[in-house]
Amino acid sequence: MTATQHEGLSVPTATRRLSGAKAMVEGIAQEMARDPEVIVMGEDVGAYGGIFSSTTGLLEQFGAARVLDTPISETGFIGAGIGAATEGMRPIVELMFADFFGVCMDQIYNHMAKIHYESGGAVRVPMVLMTAVGGGYSDGAQHSQSLWGTFAHLPGMKVVVPSSPYDLKGMMISAIRDDNPVVFMFHKGIMGLPWMAKNPRAVGDVPPEPYEAPIGPAAVVRPGGDVTVVTCSLSVHHALDVAEDLAPTGIDVEVVDLRSLVPLDRETVLASVAKTGRLLVVDEDYRSFGLSGEIAATVAEHDPGLLRRFARVAVPDVPIPYAHTLEQAVLPTRERIRAGIEGLVGP
Amino acid sequence: MSDSLVGAAAAQVAPAHADPIHSQGTVAVADPQLVRLLTPEGERLDHPEYSRYAADLTDADLRGFYRDLVLVRRIDVEATALQRQGELGIWASLLGQEAAQIGSGRAMQPQDFVFPTYREHGVAWTRGVDPIRLLGLFRGVDQGGWDPTEHNFHLYTIVIGAQTLHATGYAMGIQRDGAVGQGPDGDQGTAVVAYFGDGATSQGDVNESFVWASVFNAPVVFFCQNNQWAISEPLARQSRIPLYQRAQGFGFPGVRVDGNDVLACYAVTRAALATARAGGGPTLIEAYTYRMGAHTTSDDPTRYRIAADLEAWRLKDPIERVKAYLARSGIADSAYFAEIDAESDTLAADLRAQCLAMPDPAPLALFDHVYVDQTALLGEERTAYAAYLDSFEPAGHGGKGR
Ligand SMILES: Cc1ncc(C[n+]2csc(CCOP(=O)(O)OP(=O)(O)O)c2C)c(N)n1
Ligand SMILES: [Mg+2]
Repeated sequence: MTATQHEGLSVPTATRRLSGAKAMVEGIAQEMARDPEVIVMGEDVGAYGGIFSSTTGLLEQFGAARVLDTPISETGFIGAGIGAATEGMRPIVELMFADFFGVCMDQIYNHMAKIHYESGGAVRVPMVLMTAVGGGYSDGAQHSQSLWGTFAHLPGMKVVVPSSPYDLKGMMISAIRDDNPVVFMFHKGIMGLPWMAKNPRAVGDVPPEPYEAPIGPAAVVRPGGDVTVVTCSLSVHHALDVAEDLAPTGIDVEVVDLRSLVPLDRETVLASVAKTGRLLVVDEDYRSFGLSGEIAATVAEHDPGLLRRFARVAVPDVPIPYAHTLEQAVLPTRERIRAGIEGLVGP
Repeated sequence: MSDSLVGAAAAQVAPAHADPIHSQGTVAVADPQLVRLLTPEGERLDHPEYSRYAADLTDADLRGFYRDLVLVRRIDVEATALQRQGELGIWASLLGQEAAQIGSGRAMQPQDFVFPTYREHGVAWTRGVDPIRLLGLFRGVDQGGWDPTEHNFHLYTIVIGAQTLHATGYAMGIQRDGAVGQGPDGDQGTAVVAYFGDGATSQGDVNESFVWASVFNAPVVFFCQNNQWAISEPLARQSRIPLYQRAQGFGFPGVRVDGNDVLACYAVTRAALATARAGGGPTLIEAYTYRMGAHTTSDDPTRYRIAADLEAWRLKDPIERVKAYLARSGIADSAYFAEIDAESDTLAADLRAQCLAMPDPAPLALFDHVYVDQTALLGEERTAYAAYLDSFEPAGHGGKGR
C-alpha cells in the first residue's frame, strides 16, 4: 500500500520500507514523545519488547514509569488502564492474545465500553486495548482466534483491524488520539516477524513523521469489475495474492480492506457490490454470527437486487485446531479464497 | 500521575534508594522457613515437622526418585531437541523443576486428581501418562493428548490460573460424593492438586480459588512452583511477600519448600494431601525453584536475565544432590547410575522414533467433538469441506467415512 491511498488526506510521500511491527512501535513511540499522558502496560512489554514485537525499544526510550510490565493479571491491567484513562492518561494496554479476553471481559465490555455512556458523556475512557489475533503458526485453540466479531458486536468501543504497515502506524496514532476506547487488533502474520511465515506484504512504505490514518473509511486496495472480496487484516494479503493470480485467467477481482469494523464503512461495500454483483466475504473469525453475516445483511437491507451471488470463506464453527494440517484446513487460505471466487464466477 | 504517589508504598521497603515506580523485590533465598530434607551437597537433614513424612521411604523408593528425575529430564531434553528440529510446534521445558514435580507427584495416591499447567511433564510421568502422549500434544496430532479420566491427570491448561478454580470445583465434587475422610484415619480419602506458577498468583482466578477452597474447606493442595520468572517478568513483579505467606490471609496454611529437594517436596506434599484427604481443607505449597531453561522454545531469556543467577542455581541442581546422597549412603553405586543413564538413552531414542512415526490427523477430524453430538450445521460444514478436498485430490483426506 502506498502513502497516497487515502484521498482527501494530506499525507507525506517520502517513505521507507518498514515491517508491520516496526511501524506500529514507531507510531506508539512518536505519540509517547509528543504526549506525556501516553503510557504502555501489559505482560512482557518491557525488556522483552512484546511477545509479537509491538513494544520493542519503548522501555529503553521511555523508562519503567511509562512502560510497565504488569503482574500477570488481565483484569488488573485492563481495569487499572480504565481508571488511569478516566484520570486523564492515555494508556495503551496490551492483551497478549485476544483469546485471553475471557479473563477480563467484564472490564472491557461493562466498564471500558460503557462508562462514557453511563456518565451521560461526562467521563471519557481514551484508552487503546491492543491485542494480537489470528492463527497460522500452530498455537492452538486458545491462542489463534481472531474474535473481532465478538468485540464489534458490543457497543461502546471502536474496533480496528489494520492490514498494512502504513495503517499499523497511522491507525495506532489515530487510536491513541481518539477519545473513545479503541480495540486495536493486529494479526501476528502482518507484523513481519522473522519467526512467522514469510509475508512480503508485512513490509511496506511508511512515512517517518507522525500521521493519522483515519478510523472509519474502508480502502479499495485493488479495483476490479467481476467479484468483490470484502475482508480485513491478514486476509487482505491473501486476497490480493489470489486476485493477482486470477488476473491472467480473466477474472477481475476488487478487494475491499475494511480497516475497521466499528465504524464499518458500509458505503464502500455497497458501491463495490453495485458494480460487481458478486460478493465474497473472507473472514478469519468464526463463520456463524459474525462479520460475514453482517456484510450480507448490509447488502440485503440496502437492495437485495444488487447481489447476484454471495459466498463466504471463514473459519467453520469449530475451535482452531493445533495440528498444522487441520489448522490450515479451517483458515481462509489462498486456496480456499480462490475456490470461493471461482465458485462465484463459475456456472 | 505524580511520582510521589506511586512511590509511597515502595519507600517503606527501601527508603534509601527508593525506586519511585516499583517495589524493591522480595525475599532472599535463605528463608528460615524453607523446608529442606536434602542439602544441595546431598546431606540428609531433619525437620521437626516433615521428616516423618519421608521416614518410611525404602532404598528402592529413593533409587526410584533418582530414576524418575533422570528420566524426566531426559524426556525434556529430547523434546526440546525435537522442537529445534521442527518436529514439535513448541515445548515448555521443566529443566530445574524436576524435584518439585517428582516429589509432589510421587506423594499422591492413585485416586487423587491433578490439574496441571503446561509444564508438568514430570507430574504427568508420575501419573502414568506415556511421554509420547505429551509429544503428540505438542506435535499437534491431537487436541488434548491424553484421557484425563484414565490418569486422574487433567489436560494441560495454558490460560494462566484457570485450572485452580477447576481443581477447587473438582474437590468440592469429591466432598459431595463423600470421598473425603474415608478410612480409619481419613487416609483413604481423595484429594486434588492444582499446579500453577509464581506469575499465576497475580490472577484473579487463583485468588478466587483460594477464597473458595478456604470457605468450603475443599480437599485441594495448591502447589505453586515459584521458578522466579513469568516469561520475562521476575518474581518482584508479582509479590512483595513470600508467596506461601499469602495463604494466611485466606485462612489456610502455607509452606515454603526447597523445590529442588525431591524428598522435601515429597514430604510436604504428602502432609498437605493427608490433611486434605482427611477433611482438613486446603494448603498452599510454594516450591522455591528456578526455571533453568527458556520459558518455552519460542523464548530467548538472554534478553531479560543474567547468566550469574543461572550459575548460582546450577549448584542447587535437583538431581546431583540425590545422586550424591545415594552414593554416599551406599544406597546406589556407579553401576546403578550407569544403568539409569542407559535406560534414559533408550527411552529417548524410543520416544524420538515414536514421535517421528506419528501420523498426521485425518482432516475431517477437525469437526469431531465440538459438541457431544454432531450438530446439523457442523454436519453441513463437514460435508462441504469433504467436497472441497475432493475437488483437489479424490480420497486424499483419509476418507469421508471417518
Ligand atoms: C490469561 C493468560 N495471560 C497471559 C498468558 C501468557 N503467558 C503464558 S505463560 C505466562 C507466564 C506464567 O508464569 P508462571 O505462572 O510463573 O508460570 P511458569 O511459566 O513460570 O511456569 C504468561 C504471561 C496466558 N497464557 N494466559
Ligand atoms: Mg514462573
